[in-house]
Amino acid sequence: MNEPAIYGLMAEFDTPDEIVAAAKRTHAAGYKKIDAYSPFPIEELWEAIGFHHNRVALVVLIGGILGCMTGYGLQYWVATIAYPINVGGRPFHSWPSFIIVTFELTILFSVLAAVFGMLALNGLPMPYHPVFNVERFSRATEDKFFLVIFSSDSKYNEAETRAFLQSLGPKSIEEVPS
Amino acid sequence: MTQLLEEVEAGRKRAPVIEPGHSFSTVTAKISDVVLTRPLSIGWLAGVMFCFGLVNLLLLAVGYLFLKGTGIWGITIPIGWGFAIVNFVWWIGIGHAGTLISAILMLLRQTWRNSINRFAEAMTLFAVACAGMFPLIHTGRPWVAYWMFPYPSTMGVWPQFRSPLIWDVFAVSTYATTSLLFWFVGLIPDLATLRDRAKNIWIKRAYGALAMGWRGSARHWSRYETAYLLLAGLATPLVLSVHTVVSFDFAVGIVPGWHTTIFPPYFVAGAIYSGFAMVLMLAIPIRSIYGLKDFITERHLENSAKVMLATGLIVAYGYAMEAFMGWYSGNRYDAFLLWNRLHGPYAAWYYSLLICNIGIPQVLWIRKFRTNPVLLFLVSTVVLVGMWLERFIIVVVSLHRDFLNSSWGMYYPTKWDWFTFTGTLGLFLFCMFFFMRILPSISIFEMRTLLPESKVKAE
Repeated sequence: MNEPAIYGLMAEFDTPDEIVAAAKRTHAAGYKKIDAYSPFPIEELWEAIGFHHNRVALVVLIGGILGCMTGYGLQYWVATIAYPINVGGRPFHSWPSFIIVTFELTILFSVLAAVFGMLALNGLPMPYHPVFNVERFSRATEDKFFLVIFSSDSKYNEAETRAFLQSLGPKSIEEVPS
Repeated sequence: MTQLLEEVEAGRKRAPVIEPGHSFSTVTAKISDVVLTRPLSIGWLAGVMFCFGLVNLLLLAVGYLFLKGTGIWGITIPIGWGFAIVNFVWWIGIGHAGTLISAILMLLRQTWRNSINRFAEAMTLFAVACAGMFPLIHTGRPWVAYWMFPYPSTMGVWPQFRSPLIWDVFAVSTYATTSLLFWFVGLIPDLATLRDRAKNIWIKRAYGALAMGWRGSARHWSRYETAYLLLAGLATPLVLSVHTVVSFDFAVGIVPGWHTTIFPPYFVAGAIYSGFAMVLMLAIPIRSIYGLKDFITERHLENSAKVMLATGLIVAYGYAMEAFMGWYSGNRYDAFLLWNRLHGPYAAWYYSLLICNIGIPQVLWIRKFRTNPVLLFLVSTVVLVGMWLERFIIVVVSLHRDFLNSSWGMYYPTKWDWFTFTGTLGLFLFCMFFFMRILPSISIFEMRTLLPESKVKAE
């Protein structure tokens, strides 16, 4: 294998309308291992490539429940078992005083789950990725929109896929070396 | 009637959130060029050097404090809290506007927030950093501050979770962490933009490392948007809780002037009031110096002024209620507190507070004042002074004459108190100066979504 393996084919578009239409047609044509890149979030775009459910909300819910239990459990344990102090005859388990720290830890754990969960599900940090090999791809963080069909897709065939992408009317098509 | 119609007409024609004629690439270029290509200016260097001087003053003041102890300050018994707590509450209040703008206004779909949220969040971080320092150095033994956190120590001692001061530790540290993460998550796509636009290889690598390989994949954006929305939803109750907990530091105590249930809402409103004043004081020079008037328009100034006016009125209601309850409760100590504010040794401070926080800001009812940057800047300064005075009245005037006149006293801040306070002002501005030049001060990707061509037309 002297030739470099191909990671996929990349088509460039100018407007959000074009990329969304192209992504829809690609998905409808049966290509499943595809991705689209845009300089800002476009809800229609992730729907178009068939990505309907992300699990971020579930991760945050789990984080929140853990935080809530940790917060209350910690205070209960400290106040009644580890270090009970009689303050003016008040009960050791004085739950109204424990609400605030429980609330704060619920928020803290949910926030940590949201940020690190999102990064982990996205596979970030990832310093190297094949798409960065395409020079024009630097515009993906400025004003251009890209659609990639991965070579790992079962329907992928270099000539046919290229012809298909050409039929979507992109500005250019480039190979993504892996 | 005609005047009302004219007002409505003027409202319809009000300034847009983003000036027309911009495209994805001009928005990107205009904001990122402030960081990447703008040459160093004499003014910036002079500002940084001046603030660096103040940072050194802070180091001197804190260094001497560590050497000598809190006796160098004006605090005595009965006024054990003094400047440290006044400044703590003032700074943390200022921090609230950043989270309010980024989280609450996002949930309310106020898209005009997109051009001011980034630097308002940075302002929050720096203000919270300044705030957090004060209770720490006020303990007198800051090197054992970690005793406030629950950890299995060899002493077998645990924090007292029935104490509002421990609630404060949790509220402020959660707030600082959340603000930092929220701000950083918002920065990731913009850091990728800077990475792709930077020419110098080292600058490229630095931004690249921070952007963590962000490539704008649709799947990533989907998770990103969910996470960002949830962060906003989590930060909203959090920001309201933080100043509520700060107010519990007072309200749970039995000192007259502190022991009142109106404190939480009135503290939160005051926090947002001073926070928006600080946002305006920063936005007005930034937009003219860095040529960002297309993005921070008259509309932003006017909206911020309206928020200030509304929260200022809530604060005014708080003052009125305090005074009313002093009379209506029939409690002689509460009645004396009111008398002491109006006629006691600190009466001049109280009247200045009323003028700064209630009197002067009423000019914001007039549209002309809300859209004039210079006047807005001045009104904001007055509000910040007024809010500082409010905290001074709450901390010092309540403490200096409580139940027994044998334990009355006076509070005189020393030069070290003033050095520490001015020092934190310097630290805050020092951080802001650097932030302006090394990170995009306006969220670039959120500005792109404000352009009409970013909307996908239905097929």
